[in-house]
Amino acid sequence: MVVTGFYPDNMSRLNPKGPIIFHTQSLESRESSLSACSFHAASINPFLKSLNRNLKPIYSPAPRPPLLIRRRRRSMAFTKDQLLARLQELKVEFLSCDHPSVMTVEEQAKYVGHLGGALSKNLFLKDKKHRLYIISALANTKVDLKILSQRLGLGKGGLRMAPEEALPEILHVALGSVTPFALINESARSVSLLLDKGFKSQRYCLFHPLTNEVTIALTPSDFDKFLLSIGHEPAYVDLEDCPVVGKDNPPDLAYLIPAEALNLPGGADKVPPTSAPAQTNATLEQKTKQPTQKPKEPSKEQKQKSGNDKPQINVDAVADSTNVEKFVEKVLEKVSNVFISELSKQSNAEDGNIKDHMLEGVKQRVSSDLLSMTMTLKNSVYTQGFHAGIESTLYPLANKKIVERK
Amino acid sequence: MASFRSCASFRSCHLPLPLLSKSKMASTTGETLAAAEPIADGRTEEVEEEQVVNPWEVSAKGGKIDYDKLVDKFGCQRLDESLIQRFERITGRRAHVFLRRGLFFAHRDLSDILDAYERGEKFYLYTGRGPSSESLHLGHLVPFMFTKYLQDVFKVPLVIQLTDDEKCMWKGLSVEESERLARENAKDIIACGFDVERTFIFADFSYMSPPIYKNIVRIANCVTGNKIVGIFGLTLEDYGGKFFFPYIQAAPSFPSSFPHIFSGKYSKLRCLIPCAIDQDPYFRMTRDVAPRLSYHKPALIESKFFPALQGESGKMSASDPNSAIYVTDSLKDIKNKVNRYAFSGGQDTIEKQRKYGANLEVDVPVKYLNFFLDDDAELLSIKEKYGSGAMLTGEVKARLIEVLSEIVERHQRARAAVTEETVDAFMAVRPLPRMFG
Repeated sequence: MVVTGFYPDNMSRLNPKGPIIFHTQSLESRESSLSACSFHAASINPFLKSLNRNLKPIYSPAPRPPLLIRRRRRSMAFTKDQLLARLQELKVEFLSCDHPSVMTVEEQAKYVGHLGGALSKNLFLKDKKHRLYIISALANTKVDLKILSQRLGLGKGGLRMAPEEALPEILHVALGSVTPFALINESARSVSLLLDKGFKSQRYCLFHPLTNEVTIALTPSDFDKFLLSIGHEPAYVDLEDCPVVGKDNPPDLAYLIPAEALNLPGGADKVPPTSAPAQTNATLEQKTKQPTQKPKEPSKEQKQKSGNDKPQINVDAVADSTNVEKFVEKVLEKVSNVFISELSKQSNAEDGNIKDHMLEGVKQRVSSDLLSMTMTLKNSVYTQGFHAGIESTLYPLANKKIVERK
Repeated sequence: MASFRSCASFRSCHLPLPLLSKSKMASTTGETLAAAEPIADGRTEEVEEEQVVNPWEVSAKGGKIDYDKLVDKFGCQRLDESLIQRFERITGRRAHVFLRRGLFFAHRDLSDILDAYERGEKFYLYTGRGPSSESLHLGHLVPFMFTKYLQDVFKVPLVIQLTDDEKCMWKGLSVEESERLARENAKDIIACGFDVERTFIFADFSYMSPPIYKNIVRIANCVTGNKIVGIFGLTLEDYGGKFFFPYIQAAPSFPSSFPHIFSGKYSKLRCLIPCAIDQDPYFRMTRDVAPRLSYHKPALIESKFFPALQGESGKMSASDPNSAIYVTDSLKDIKNKVNRYAFSGGQDTIEKQRKYGANLEVDVPVKYLNFFLDDDAELLSIKEKYGSGAMLTGEVKARLIEVLSEIVERHQRARAAVTEETVDAFMAVRPLPRMFG
């Protein structure tokens, strides 16, 4: 019989005198037979000593038979168990604690306060453009929405609580269960997560694993590991910092604005998805062979942080101006408008239909060629910028060599 | 239909293959039906069939390929009207002429890709070319034209594989020559109008690197030699590289082969592969492997073969430039080829033509117009008039010459603007930050 781990399954674990449940695995049978036995906490250490091994209690869930690598679920909401299974797959250790449903941090503290971890308060917010944010802060951090809104570049009243319907729709959690773990859902991929930097110095952080009837505790580095595994770069922020945001002081958190707005149940119009701000690439751009259409593009992207209130408009404009089809459309529109007006000067206004028809014919015949020519231009310009980028990176090195040789 | 890989090698094998009759414009690859039909566990069966469709050969008794039989045999699905309408609904514009006229006619899992796309889940495109020759004809360009359309309407990134290593193995070209051909072909591919912000072109010889090689080995660990023999009809007399190459063609279906492009939330991106139907065997194998590596199965959208100028019974060969319209042809060449070599279904004399009309089934100019003339109304009118005899062969051919000239001219103009630097830019291992923008 091998003791595989401790699985603190219920509240009584927290009471040192209470029983503990841990799982055992039979070595004889190929399939692991997991049987639970309960012991009093006080008797654990003697038991361990009796095994003559220096076993320390490991607060991790019992290992299960090898999990089949699951295909990404299609648009299904994650349940608590699925989340915990995913954490196990990632070899993240966590303490799990069941308790009655809690709606506030104070209530939660009654049950899990003595775990010695940092309780979190989680806010689910939206801005005027229907982009969503989760702010996860230490329980005693002051979170001032007005200041945060300014720091994000959303103006003074930009941040509001997200509508209630968004919770089950986007995060797939119930009221009172907002948690960063909800980002595991595909529907929440555009939600931006702001984490209190105070978490980093805590031993354990406490969050709800998609339901407010359970709290799990895990180390900050394991939490980061989880976030990275779902494709979210952890963003730690000093939430209490209140810098003055103005012309000389650009909003310092603007880089955390999500790339996409979501179709909120309130019937909001979907904002055309902007291209990812590539902020993390901004510094790499100088080094990688990131091609630039215009030479000032890398600096433009870097300046996004220091930009205006609506940084994503810059990105939209760039995407628009490099879109070949839109360009050709605009050109044809301009030409046809002018053409029509010129024609009207010459002939009478009755020919309106004929003119339109003619224009349509012209447009059709000329579109393919125009599109091809414009794409050629775009590719050529990109190529030039690309090589300029390479040369400018190599130039200082080449120079250095010449100097050294001398 | 220009194939994904242009490979015309005769295999030195014992199988009773019909002579390599390239009646199809595209040289293609695929498994010999006479060879083996892979059953899931690798057993093979000797099946006597009339038509042969495999990555290295396409032919059929009587010349006409039975696509229904092929679809049944391969196990893919037909692309029906409802899917085309779905395309139009999702993309917000008219479907590409190749879709409407049934040139791209079969698929695997295309509806899954469209479902996912509607949910906001993106995908990337993957296609390729076997650079066996410097001169490309229109048939070779067709899959690229269609892929460009897909890239434009869905706004998704594209990777293009140039299998210079395959040509080295199958055609006995030297490594340097294959590499050179790959770069030359890349220029023509670029001239089709791909967006450099969203396209990554790579040649196997220069791109082989840890990420893709690791995937190749992972795939190789899932597919036995027996299976390869079953799918591709190789024997122990063939060089070992040919056994290994299918893994190389499969690897780009997995996004982790391109970590510089697909990382983080795109590391499990879906893949859609436009190709000719003779490439199906490669991707059947890939689809089998994908779940074992915890990836989505790549979806396919497959095309028919493009008819040769001489029609069904014509033999397409590299030595006969009159069997196809090449992208380097002058306007005079095009006129000449169409007038003199395009197989006509019209009657022998004008009187007979007026009386009986033309045989549209075998008429090559009408077939070409079917694929290249975008205007549905005009095409219908031509078919009616030509079929009833109101229109003469010469007129139809004249219209075809117009259409083809426009396409070729546009391509040549774009090709002239492609420089070595442009190729370098497309082939540079770089992130594509606006690939979905």
